[in-house]
Amino acid sequence: MGADFVRIGDVQLEVERRGTGRTVLLLPGEDVLEPDSEAAAALARSFDVVIPSPPGFGRSSRPDWIDSVDDVSYLYLSLLERLDLRDVCIIGCSLGGWIAAEMATKDQSRLAKLVLVAPYGVKFGGAAKRDIADMWTLSPRTVMELKWCDPATGQRDIATMSDEQLAIIARNLESFARFCWEPYMHNPKLRHRLERIAVPTLLVWGEKDGIVSSDYGRSYANLIPRAEFELIAGAAHYPHLEQPGHFMRRVGAFLR
Amino acid sequence: MQAWHFTEMPYPYLPPDAPSTRINLPSVHFDPKIGADLYNRYLDEHAIADELGLDIMLNEHHQTPTCIDTAAPLNLAILARQTKRARLLILGNPVGHRNDPVRVAEEMAMIDCISYGRLECGFVRGVPYEVFASNANPTRSGERLWEGIDLCLKAWATTDGPFNYEGAFWHRRSINLWPRPYQTPHPQIWVTGSTDVATPHRCAERGYVFATFLLPHQQVRPLFDSYRERFVERGLPGGGGIAYMPLVHTADSESEAEGGAEELRWYLTSSRSEPQFRDPPGYMPVKGKVAAMKQAASGGARNLRQGSLEQLRDQGILISGTPDSVARQVKRFYDFVGGFDHLLMMDHAGFMSHERTVRSMTLFAKEVYPQIKDLPRTKPIRVAQAAE
Repeated sequence: MGADFVRIGDVQLEVERRGTGRTVLLLPGEDVLEPDSEAAAALARSFDVVIPSPPGFGRSSRPDWIDSVDDVSYLYLSLLERLDLRDVCIIGCSLGGWIAAEMATKDQSRLAKLVLVAPYGVKFGGAAKRDIADMWTLSPRTVMELKWCDPATGQRDIATMSDEQLAIIARNLESFARFCWEPYMHNPKLRHRLERIAVPTLLVWGEKDGIVSSDYGRSYANLIPRAEFELIAGAAHYPHLEQPGHFMRRVGAFLR
Repeated sequence: MQAWHFTEMPYPYLPPDAPSTRINLPSVHFDPKIGADLYNRYLDEHAIADELGLDIMLNEHHQTPTCIDTAAPLNLAILARQTKRARLLILGNPVGHRNDPVRVAEEMAMIDCISYGRLECGFVRGVPYEVFASNANPTRSGERLWEGIDLCLKAWATTDGPFNYEGAFWHRRSINLWPRPYQTPHPQIWVTGSTDVATPHRCAERGYVFATFLLPHQQVRPLFDSYRERFVERGLPGGGGIAYMPLVHTADSESEAEGGAEELRWYLTSSRSEPQFRDPPGYMPVKGKVAAMKQAASGGARNLRQGSLEQLRDQGILISGTPDSVARQVKRFYDFVGGFDHLLMMDHAGFMSHERTVRSMTLFAKEVYPQIKDLPRTKPIRVAQAAE
């Protein structure tokens, strides 16, 4: 277990690796709560878990030319090649789910299975409809209520954090906006490319997700040829964090 | 010292229970009949400023009742015709928020020609909430500002036919401005800043005027010093100088002045906004965001602008009183900050009446301005040291 850096072109990617077994590429959501989660610990007991930080997140560098999820997905495909990872299962959550979907539409040669947890990336509605709640014009408090069944679960204790930890949070917020500001949380091309995904895919959705509804999730699943859909009760946008037991049972079965 | 008349052109009739005056206050609260009168009144007052010998500054904001000048070039174009002598400062063009800097360059060139070369052309990054109105990526608004300025400058300065442009944010295949500005190669450039010394540094290096607004003199001094330092370090002439904006009210008596100052304070107290509009993601650099998070976790900072009139006057955010008192306060601020060149006066805000506004402008022009007009221009720091 530990973080390392892998250089891809002019980008230094921070990559954490723990456990042994088949490789699971765990792509955290924009809040990056996954590395410390019960689900991640459970995964590391059976898998070789690889957790990269996107450019501008964590300690990864972010050259100016990188400004989209599309860019991140190409870097991560290069990362799979660099580490010579094969037969990889990707678990991508929220922003990480979008990155995973982009990767799979581009090159599936090193992929075995895909788990997308409440991914962003696609827009279904018309010009005046927001498919994905606007996390930047809603109040921070409302966003927490939309993301969590129990918003207290997602609260972080800023007062006890070091400057370095706070700087990472600030970088994450900044880079998230750099990639996802416009088009907001989607790539207009992606919905037309999802039909390319041939690996078995599981979409997992929290029943109470207020950021992207479960209806959105079902529409997303319908665009992927071999997709299954799992709805988790008692959870909102982060079902893997709010209901890790249910999540791990379903995902464990899917990955076997 | 040059003095400039300025109002944000407020629509002051806010619903009392509005939680926010930024971005999301429904426009049903704007009565066009009242708005029409306000626009015409404010334009009249700018024409009066011209007659009084004051120069004129305009700005713009979007989706807020505290500033209904949403397209400053339009008002500037009107004033280019309706005034005769005043310098016309736009501070400024939010060029990074507009999708076409070349169009901005065209507008400015037209206004400069119509006014026979009276344009002073400012550019601004835009306050945080502007990104919600324009949808410009908040993490890149600084880069867009400077690329936009450079593109305008190149468009103005290129007089030998079309050039191609493929930058980070804009692509154009044959830029060839008709008209070009009346002032050759272009009007004086102004840029604003409030915390980061990189901005006054850059302004000094390029010979732009650097302007800052409504800050206590303790915070203004280091900004102005960094401007003065840099234009010597780089061996450049320094160009335009430095500018400061306080609230300014001049009256016949101290008690009358206190009433006017209280009305100006509307600007500081009426702005309400929801937290997400004050802090769009990535607008603040990482270091600033870390400091803000720590401050919020420890209960937040005292807002310097919310002090008593006396405190505001002490900081130089407010300058108000009888003509002699106002002149003294300007000189005091001038000494505190090591000198400056342009007094940008927010001399109207909120519900202040036309009569009171014009009386204040008139007293300033006739009785204060002569006392401060000849204050020496700011000097490069090392030249000043050498002279001593």
